Amino acid sequence: MMGSENADVFEETNLNAAKEEMENLALNGGDVNGDSSNSAYRSAMSTLSNVHDPLSPLPTVLTPADSDPLTAPSSYIEPPSYADVIFSPFDETSDSEINGGEDSSLSPDSLSRSPSSSSSDYIKITVSNPQKEQETSNSIVGGNTYITYQITTRTNLPDFGVSESSVRRRFRDVVTLADRLAESYRGFCIPPRPDKSVVESQVMQKQEFVEQRRVALEKYLRRLSAHPVIRKSDELKVFLQVQGKLPLPMSTDVASRMLDGAVKLPKQLFGEGGASAVPVHEVVQPARGGRDLLRLFKELRQSVSNDWGGSKPAVVEEDKEFLEKKEKMLDLEQQIINSSQQAESLVKAQQDMGETMGELGLAFIKLTKFENEEAVFNSQRTRATDMKNLATAAVKASRFYRELNSQTVKHLDTLHEYLGMMMAVQGAFADRCSALLTVQTLLSELSSLQARAEKLEAASSKVFGGDKSRIRKIEELKETIKVTEDAKNVAIREYERIKDNNRSEVERLDGERRADFMNMMKGFVVNQVGYAEKISNVWAKAAEETSQYDREKQSS
Amino acid sequence: MESSSTEQTRNVMQSPRSPSSQPYLSASVTDPVKLGNGVQAYISYRVITKTNLPEYQGPEKIVIRRYSDFVWLRDRLFDKYKGVFVPPLPEKSAVEKFRFSAEFIEMRRAALDIFVNRIASHPELQQSEDLRTFLQADEETMERFRFQETGIFNKKPADFMQMFRDVQSKVSDAVLGKEKPVEETTPEYEKLKHYIFELENHLAEAQKHAYRLVKRHRELGQSLLDFGKAVKLLGACEGEPTGKLFSDLGTKSELVSIKLQKEAQQVLMNFEEPLKDYVRYVQSIKATIAERATAFKQHCELAETTKLKEINLDKLMLTRSDKVGEAEIEYREMKAESEEATIRFERIVKRMNEEIVRFQEQKTEEMGVAFHQFAKGQARLANGIADAWRALLPKLEAASSA
Repeated sequence: MMGSENADVFEETNLNAAKEEMENLALNGGDVNGDSSNSAYRSAMSTLSNVHDPLSPLPTVLTPADSDPLTAPSSYIEPPSYADVIFSPFDETSDSEINGGEDSSLSPDSLSRSPSSSSSDYIKITVSNPQKEQETSNSIVGGNTYITYQITTRTNLPDFGVSESSVRRRFRDVVTLADRLAESYRGFCIPPRPDKSVVESQVMQKQEFVEQRRVALEKYLRRLSAHPVIRKSDELKVFLQVQGKLPLPMSTDVASRMLDGAVKLPKQLFGEGGASAVPVHEVVQPARGGRDLLRLFKELRQSVSNDWGGSKPAVVEEDKEFLEKKEKMLDLEQQIINSSQQAESLVKAQQDMGETMGELGLAFIKLTKFENEEAVFNSQRTRATDMKNLATAAVKASRFYRELNSQTVKHLDTLHEYLGMMMAVQGAFADRCSALLTVQTLLSELSSLQARAEKLEAASSKVFGGDKSRIRKIEELKETIKVTEDAKNVAIREYERIKDNNRSEVERLDGERRADFMNMMKGFVVNQVGYAEKISNVWAKAAEETSQYDREKQSS
Repeated sequence: MESSSTEQTRNVMQSPRSPSSQPYLSASVTDPVKLGNGVQAYISYRVITKTNLPEYQGPEKIVIRRYSDFVWLRDRLFDKYKGVFVPPLPEKSAVEKFRFSAEFIEMRRAALDIFVNRIASHPELQQSEDLRTFLQADEETMERFRFQETGIFNKKPADFMQMFRDVQSKVSDAVLGKEKPVEETTPEYEKLKHYIFELENHLAEAQKHAYRLVKRHRELGQSLLDFGKAVKLLGACEGEPTGKLFSDLGTKSELVSIKLQKEAQQVLMNFEEPLKDYVRYVQSIKATIAERATAFKQHCELAETTKLKEINLDKLMLTRSDKVGEAEIEYREMKAESEEATIRFERIVKRMNEEIVRFQEQKTEEMGVAFHQFAKGQARLANGIADAWRALLPKLEAASSA
């Protein structure tokens, strides 16, 4: 790797050269985003399991300075040199040979599980090419401007029909997609969408903001497509394939919902007959602010009575397992947050080490040059040579630290990814809780309706010949009871369904998380070992070059 | 021209086990002890001298000294042996709370030890009476000597004369319209001065980065420690086998952290400190350069003045003035002084020429050792880190293929 000494040494003054080299290597073996690191450690994995893999060079034995017992390996079996493993991966053929055509784009960015998951499914989404567009409007002022993004999908999944499609979407469409998915997939751990940003429209146009958003959108869509159930959803398909306006019902904004709700409320309160009952089909969704004021109010009352009332609600979250799981998930989330933060600090510290090492090397290179130019005595020239050896080692080590770090970032990124997944789990649990609340509310409503009916009947029977108005009321009440009874059954079925979704999702996620974390650890450790070996070699060489100054051998 | 003067000095430095006919003088600075209270607290050191030189009071002597005693010694040597690169002292500590940290005390002790030994192995300095006083006088005597030096009232009469003459010459310069500075301008000396000044800049930068590197080791160690703790907690949340793996990962991380902290200390003592010492040395040379400039100026000015006096004397002799006698005495005195100044200056030049050779060789040796130790230390650290992480791989491999 080192050409002519002098040229190389002074080339190092541009420290970015190392970075560029790394990026060039990354572009070699496939797509740019994160694939290189995956193939890096994946082929590292395979070399681990089969040391005689022809792709890896024969393990080199570490004997930098034979005389120094400290650096001679002490194990009876020479461990394979991971230093070589780290750099062999950027090779097209090795990739396909080892992995049988599996593409890491199965999972978003750095998440990649062991090849045991579905072998030939493939879906890859890219978000690119942000453009400003104008809303068509009849007003004099003209419409707002907004940004659209090009979303390209390549897949071989049969449900999709076409293998490649490309559409333009704006952020609002993404919000719509997320909302519709949340409705359709209650109880599932749906990856959270990127945040809406509360910023001025000026900032919205800025390059940096748009780029951040583009990256976030891409991550989000990739996560969605990685979910085994959601990737097959109509909503996602429509989002990815239908040209022009997104044909999904838009989420109404809060204001118009409030308006809706305000209109319905009087009818519900004073209403005729079944108007006060919750429409059966709406029961499958949680009460939403604005529209279902009455229902919201009832459910709120119910939850208060659950918490503070003396009587136990008819159906209680008895599932101890669920409660424990919820606790565990909260705890896990906390630890992931913590680990993610410490990972960031670690990355920074590694970065700093590399930088300072490089600066030290540069300072000595300058000294070398200086001594050589000004040399009057031979001792100066000797010293200049010594300094140059040290400087060369320092600069090389610096480059290795930086490469180590960029790999570390990719591996530890798994922790950051799972922060998002933890939010998804909480969403799934929340679905369950709100469904339960709906059931509870309906049950107590039912019981109070029935109590009213009984009272009316008792009163009416006391009147001889029948009480026409009361009898009419009893009829209406019985209608309402029937509707509410139906609603209750639907709600219970929904609740059970959500419980099932929860269970299977959590199980699936636990398995994925286990695999992902193990891969992360392995990648991280292989990386550390490989680069530590490389760095050690570099310094061993420098130590050998200065071995004439070894004073430890002399006894005083 | 390189001399082998270093050979001779090394012989004097050898341990007492060498044949008794060889002259030797060695000293060690040990056992730092904190004495006194509050603001007046200070560290005292044991200085043990081993020698067979006749001027000394026996084969072994132990005295107690403090930092200001070392300062006294250095000031005296600098004063008396102009032209010699007197070894530098470690700095007074600026930061109060750092003053008594174990790290600082040990670094200072090591630096003082090197200081004394360098003096003891220098062909001229080792014969100094002040050195003998320093190595042998009892504590009260030493304190008295030290007190004398710190007052401004101990300026010798000669110094006052010099100050007076400086003013005089400045006035006469102004009167005679001679404003140009008197400086040596030989090309070799110019080159040397330029070299020394530039060298200081380069070394200071290298030392700065070396110090930062020590910090980086510490920071990386700390972050690995925190990371290890965090993943252990994370492992506690997870079931098997991930939980155990995280726990192992955390433990290893903590282990690597300790290695880094240890290496940080080594880099500080064996790499950064020698660089700092190198910078101090160069600064000491700069001070010597200043002394030489002063001596040169004196030599020039006295020569000038002598010339004037000579001219004056000749004039008076021609006119057969009765002031001739006086003028002759003045002339002779001035001439003697001028010759002394020239001798002083030339001695400085000679010394410096020898010293620069010595300095370059010494520095090549010392820096070579420092570089070698640094490289070895880094290699050892990296190996240790590789071994530590590598130990995890069999388990990780087994778990992920299961």
